[in-house]
Amino acid sequence: MPTFDRKDKSRYATFTRRSLMMTGGMTAVFAVLGGRLFQLQIEDGADYMTQAEANRVSQRLVAPSRGRILDRFGVELANNRRNYRVLLVAEQASDGVEAALDRLAKIIELPDRQREKVLHDLQENKKFLPVPVAENLSWEEFARINLQLPYLPGVQPDVGETRAYPYSAGLAHVLGYVAAVSPNDKKDADDPLLDLPGFRIGKRGIEKEYDEDVRGAAGVSRVEVNAYGRVIRELSRTPGEPGKDVWLTIDQQLQQFVDQRLGNESTACVVMDVATGDVLAMSSTPGFDPNLFNVGISNDDWKVLTTDDHKPLIDKVLAGVYPPGSTFKPTVALAAVQAGLDKDFSVNCTGSLRFGNHDFHCWKKGGHGHVDLHRGIQVSCDVFFYETARRIGIDAIEDAAHKIGFGHATGIEIPGERSGVIPGRAWKLKTYGVPWLQGETLNTGIGQGYVLVTPIQLCTVAARIASGRAVTPRITRVVGEAWQTRLAAGPLPIKDDAFAIVRAGMNAVTNEPGGTAFAWRIPDPGFEMAGKTGTAQVRVISKEEHINGVKKNESLPWKLRDHALFIAFAPVDQPRYALSIIMEHGAVTAHPHVQMARDILLFAQQRDPVKLPTAYPVKAASAAGVGRA
Amino acid sequence: MNTRPYALARRTIGSFDKLGEINWGLVLLLVLIACAGFAMLYSDANAHLWPWAGPQIIRFFAGLVILVSVALVDTRFWLRAAYPAYAISLVLLALVLVIGHKGLGAERWIALGPVEIQPSEMMKIALILALARFLNGLSVEDVSKPHNLAIALVMIGLPALLVAKQPNLGTTLILVADGASLLFLAGLSWWWIGPVLGAVVVAVPTAWRFVLHDYQKQRVMTFLNPESDALGAGWNITQAKIAIGSGGLTGKGFLEGTQSRLNFLPEKQTDFIFTTFAEEFGFAGSIALLILFAVVIGYGVQIAMSARSQFARLIAIGITLNFFFYIMINALMVMGLIPVVGIPMPLVSYGGTAMLTVMFGFGLLMSCHVHRQVEIARHSAGII
Repeated sequence: MPTFDRKDKSRYATFTRRSLMMTGGMTAVFAVLGGRLFQLQIEDGADYMTQAEANRVSQRLVAPSRGRILDRFGVELANNRRNYRVLLVAEQASDGVEAALDRLAKIIELPDRQREKVLHDLQENKKFLPVPVAENLSWEEFARINLQLPYLPGVQPDVGETRAYPYSAGLAHVLGYVAAVSPNDKKDADDPLLDLPGFRIGKRGIEKEYDEDVRGAAGVSRVEVNAYGRVIRELSRTPGEPGKDVWLTIDQQLQQFVDQRLGNESTACVVMDVATGDVLAMSSTPGFDPNLFNVGISNDDWKVLTTDDHKPLIDKVLAGVYPPGSTFKPTVALAAVQAGLDKDFSVNCTGSLRFGNHDFHCWKKGGHGHVDLHRGIQVSCDVFFYETARRIGIDAIEDAAHKIGFGHATGIEIPGERSGVIPGRAWKLKTYGVPWLQGETLNTGIGQGYVLVTPIQLCTVAARIASGRAVTPRITRVVGEAWQTRLAAGPLPIKDDAFAIVRAGMNAVTNEPGGTAFAWRIPDPGFEMAGKTGTAQVRVISKEEHINGVKKNESLPWKLRDHALFIAFAPVDQPRYALSIIMEHGAVTAHPHVQMARDILLFAQQRDPVKLPTAYPVKAASAAGVGRA
Repeated sequence: MNTRPYALARRTIGSFDKLGEINWGLVLLLVLIACAGFAMLYSDANAHLWPWAGPQIIRFFAGLVILVSVALVDTRFWLRAAYPAYAISLVLLALVLVIGHKGLGAERWIALGPVEIQPSEMMKIALILALARFLNGLSVEDVSKPHNLAIALVMIGLPALLVAKQPNLGTTLILVADGASLLFLAGLSWWWIGPVLGAVVVAVPTAWRFVLHDYQKQRVMTFLNPESDALGAGWNITQAKIAIGSGGLTGKGFLEGTQSRLNFLPEKQTDFIFTTFAEEFGFAGSIALLILFAVVIGYGVQIAMSARSQFARLIAIGITLNFFFYIMINALMVMGLIPVVGIPMPLVSYGGTAMLTVMFGFGLLMSCHVHRQVEIARHSAGII
């Protein structure tokens, strides 16, 4: 047995003493730990509880369903359809996003360009944020992805809503389109929806004009999120308010007929109810597919749209301004009667009129001979209207033109309308700083010179001539449940007999032999139309050409041909429909635009949408059920 | 003076009898603490045994086998094994710096055939063994002699430096604390202790300036003001405090902790596992767990004081203190009282090597208990 010496005993005593000291120290530490726990959990427990709750719960905006746009009979012109899409969350793609995309590409089509965009988006965004890989998938593709989901880490299928325009091109300019919110859009707005990723707002047309109505109000979803911001489950949901439906005056069937009839020509056409100004069809061709802008237009598509010389992106109805040419003559005729010109006033047309030291040519080289107001309109005699304009003066023409509806925007509920130009003394002095010349009055008399009008103005004028009332065009009937009621149009401050003479003249254009559009009249009894042709020069005709014979439009390149115009109303006796049409560079002998007008007006009268009962909006909640599951 | 190197109180005791000598109450405490860990690992995996709780349970039972096996081995074997174990651990530590694997920005792992080992964990046991052996040969007066103190400091300093190089601040701290504690308990003179404490006061600013890595400084800075960078580096501390505090008096309930289940807690299955526990079981549960720890430590101190040999006393107190330092640093850290250092909560945190090391340590503690009557002479130092 070992023996213990004094030193062993001493170090044992030391060990025991110091062990007890350390035990005291350890006890103190445990006391500190206990105290700290008391402080955190008991004293400040409520505070930390609140913080934990704030961590856990996140409020998310829920995009409301966008209101639909419908025609006068309830046909959906713009609605929402389910958008089946696939999102990718980088953080959850266990073996990298490249591998995840490779696997997806085996299930759905994933072009290289799109793949690059996705990789770029993934890099730009936080790793936990879902980035769209493909949108607007078919149900079949979507189902396949859902089936494979266990083998697709990081891939999230998602069902959203996207704007859809079932009748793509024809109504593009009327409806406009929706697109992503730009920084500019957010500047003066405080709607939190605008910050929602992927949110779309109206950028043109009705979509823009009534954006705040159709947009609706955001709902709020309280969700439990984890530290990476991923949603674990929904705790509660306050539904937003779906957007209001907008009911248009458009008749989709007539619209479709117009679109088909115009084809791919560079054309603008409006059909209107002469009594109310309701626009029944409004077409600017060629159009574009508004669905393209919703998903983000591709460079190729954009290039095609912007380089096309038929300018599909320009709304020719509202933003196209043209010299009215001879379609302005009825207005000059109204001004003449209003100014008190003798009803039997006549001119002998020899083919040109000498004014000052300048020859003003009639379109008909040999002249029309004896021409009065009625015949002046029927054969569209330039010399007659030169002389008329000279006699009544620019002030009378300017006044009548404004009264009949030119020179200012019609106020239709679509943004981007231009007002055109009705020249006058004050206008010229203000615009060019020089006084009005008499010769310019003559040019104005045949709708050339400074005069510029839009197709919507032309149609309004046709409707006003037909009804004698101050109708103004409108295109929305109901927004939500609010009727866009208006006062009935009052009479125009123009003498009734002036209208009578002009209507008779326009009737002669189409229905009396010798009229400029007699060949393209509507022969069906009871459906006859009255109209006025017009040609707008787009090039300067030289003196030699006048002497040697003006070149035929058919012999010129398309770009240099004259614009062809036509205004009309029907039926002649009790007009109900007014129409204006302009075909850019379309002035050829066959008068294709008048043929179009004839067919459209005949169709309109036979269908007679004004007489058909219109649809009434039902309660918005049940009416706008598309994709609102 | 006894010339025989070893002396035994009871030579004839057999392994079967030794099993009866094991303090099964202490083992039961360890099982209880480990169960708290299993529950938390199960909760952190959203009520799944995989990936953490299952492996941890298997390791714990492996650890229990190790504990019992080590406990049955005579302390005199551990005396002989002390220096070789220290030497091997030191070589492996040096090797880590040369061929080690990176893990979380530090080289800590070394591949030994198919097994990956963490030499810094081995060193925690080996240092205690070696120091206990060395100090076993010294009287109270000898400990304070400069050449003996120098040897002891080198024994502590070498592994501490190698571990610090990895870099692994937490383990370095533990090694230094273990070593210093053993020197203190062996009777190091207050004349040495006083000036060293003074030197530490001077050294801290120096270390800040020249020694600490940026990530280590970052930890200290964010500790001092965690809310200043609540989404960046201060995230860990802020979220840990929210988790603990939101537990309140009785906690949110088992499997109901939002902070951990929604991944707001960093390292929720390892260093920060105590926060999950505090969140789900509240003040009452946390205090209960701390009491379990305290009782284990009490047992350890009692075992140390009742052992007859200085070697066994130092081993027992060394293992106990090591256990305590782990708990202290980890708990102070997750409660936001000291900067974040990578120290797990023993028996509770997920981790294989740490679990086996702790159980091996408790095996040694238990060996000291089983062989508490074994006497080892002071002058047996030279013999291996």
